[in-house]
Amino acid sequence: MGRADAATGYLFIAPQLLGVLVFVVFPVGLAVWYSLNEWNIFTGDMAFVGAGNYQAALEDPQLPSVLGATAVFSGGVVVLNLVLGLALAVMLNRRFRGSVLFRTLFFSPVVVSVVAWTLVWGFLLQDNGGLNGALAAVGVDGPNWLQSGPTAMIAVTFTQVVRSVGINMVLFLAALQGVPGELYEAARLDGAGSRTIFFRVTLPLISPTLLLTAIITIVGALQSFAQIAVLTEGGPGLSTTVLVYYVFQQAFSFNDIGYGSTLALMLLTFVMVLTVIQWQLRRKWVFYED
Amino acid sequence: MRTETVAAPNRFGPIARRVALYAALILLAAPFVIPTLWMITSSFKPLSEIFASPPSFFSENPTLAAYSEAFTFQPFARQYLNSVYIALVVTAITMLVSSLAGYAFARIRFPGRNLLFVVVLVGLLVPSEVTIVPLFQMFKQAGMVNTHWPLILVTAFAAPCVLATFIMRQFFIALPVELEEAARLDGLGRFGIWRRICLPLAKPALSAVAILTFLSSWNLYLEPTVYLTSPELFTLPQALTRFTDAYGGEMWNTQLAAATMTVVPVLVVFLIAQRQFVESLAHSGLKG
Repeated sequence: MGRADAATGYLFIAPQLLGVLVFVVFPVGLAVWYSLNEWNIFTGDMAFVGAGNYQAALEDPQLPSVLGATAVFSGGVVVLNLVLGLALAVMLNRRFRGSVLFRTLFFSPVVVSVVAWTLVWGFLLQDNGGLNGALAAVGVDGPNWLQSGPTAMIAVTFTQVVRSVGINMVLFLAALQGVPGELYEAARLDGAGSRTIFFRVTLPLISPTLLLTAIITIVGALQSFAQIAVLTEGGPGLSTTVLVYYVFQQAFSFNDIGYGSTLALMLLTFVMVLTVIQWQLRRKWVFYED
Repeated sequence: MRTETVAAPNRFGPIARRVALYAALILLAAPFVIPTLWMITSSFKPLSEIFASPPSFFSENPTLAAYSEAFTFQPFARQYLNSVYIALVVTAITMLVSSLAGYAFARIRFPGRNLLFVVVLVGLLVPSEVTIVPLFQMFKQAGMVNTHWPLILVTAFAAPCVLATFIMRQFFIALPVELEEAARLDGLGRFGIWRRICLPLAKPALSAVAILTFLSSWNLYLEPTVYLTSPELFTLPQALTRFTDAYGGEMWNTQLAAATMTVVPVLVVFLIAQRQFVESLAHSGLKG
């Protein structure tokens, strides 16, 4: 077969390879080129400005706030998501009456369209909406969630976590299944309580999964566009304007292609660093892949 | 699967413990379940009851008005059809492209195979939010803005498809090679082996790919928002955000009716084919 077989190989991968080159690699190259230019959208003229857009990023008075919001949002999402995901996995790891039903319930938002999910939360979080109505029923005067910075940030973080934690729960369940039962028995014979067992046996053994899911979750949070766009449009003020939303605003609302591309490359850098770390770790600890 | 000896000491533990577990789970489940239920029940409420205080799950005067309004306020039937056909086309292309590429990367030896695989994986690494700015300019040049082409082409060949190729490659690597050797002795070529031997065996991987791809096309929001301006071309997620009255106020019950129609069919399929959904979506952890 030899050479003919190799030709077949190239033929088989051609659509995928060309697709990636045309729709991913070439656009990234273009983005780099755009970032070196000032683009007048009305006349269609491009002027080479070198590092001008990068200089502008350093001097952009809004960027620190945007990066701050990005850090708070991604950090909040990853911490809540891991704690909740792990708690759910531990509670549902054993089979009991209803455990499968609960797994299904906690996973179900994953298959719900992000926009629909976020719209419904936006509805529940209105000042006179369902959440405050429920709070009023128990005598609590709820805030107008989406109209002040801190509560809006809590709202976008919480809705993102509830929508996506099901995936992490499943990954943690798989990791928990991989912990040898003998270890638990041995620990118990040594007189360890369930809390000690969790922190001294379970947690160290599933820490690779914990680390991988942490990175996956941050990368996901960095790309949460729809949630922000639908729930808060980055507001009030800049309070929930995360980097991915800021890129969209600069490039498509303000038509600043050059600066938008510069910010997009910044986002790419964050995601790339995290993903490369993830791939390196995955090579070392392949646990739940089949 | 390991035997669950872990649980033994606690299995017949005190009832109080069990009650506490159920209580915690029910409390935690509320934010996962109530929004979807609330969406469905509120879509049958007249607008006057939408923000009733105290809130009640069920309407006193249930009505289908919001449903009919969803179809008259926007070309919602058309938008629904757009989402369905785009997702189906994207899924079909992706299954073909990824099973060919995944097979070749797993089975066929050719110079540069590993390097080219890394190049393809770049498609997973770069978020679509980064490439959208230059892609928009490219599609503008090609006269494809305000058409469905960008939604089909980019989704069918970039990130979701690369993830699919990765899944297919993993699957074919694990497939015993003896089956193919027997077929080869019978005179079957590469294409025949792929088509007749490997694809039929790859059903589990293909169904994972189909679920993942369909959902990522179905849920796409940024791309339609950027590329499409005519309401009759909109896809569902984008259409959902456009139920606003002349003053920019949200038409909540109409929006919720449209959202219900978007979400419930997918949820029903999920409930039927849970295992496949969970397994294939766990793969999306690879991408994040």
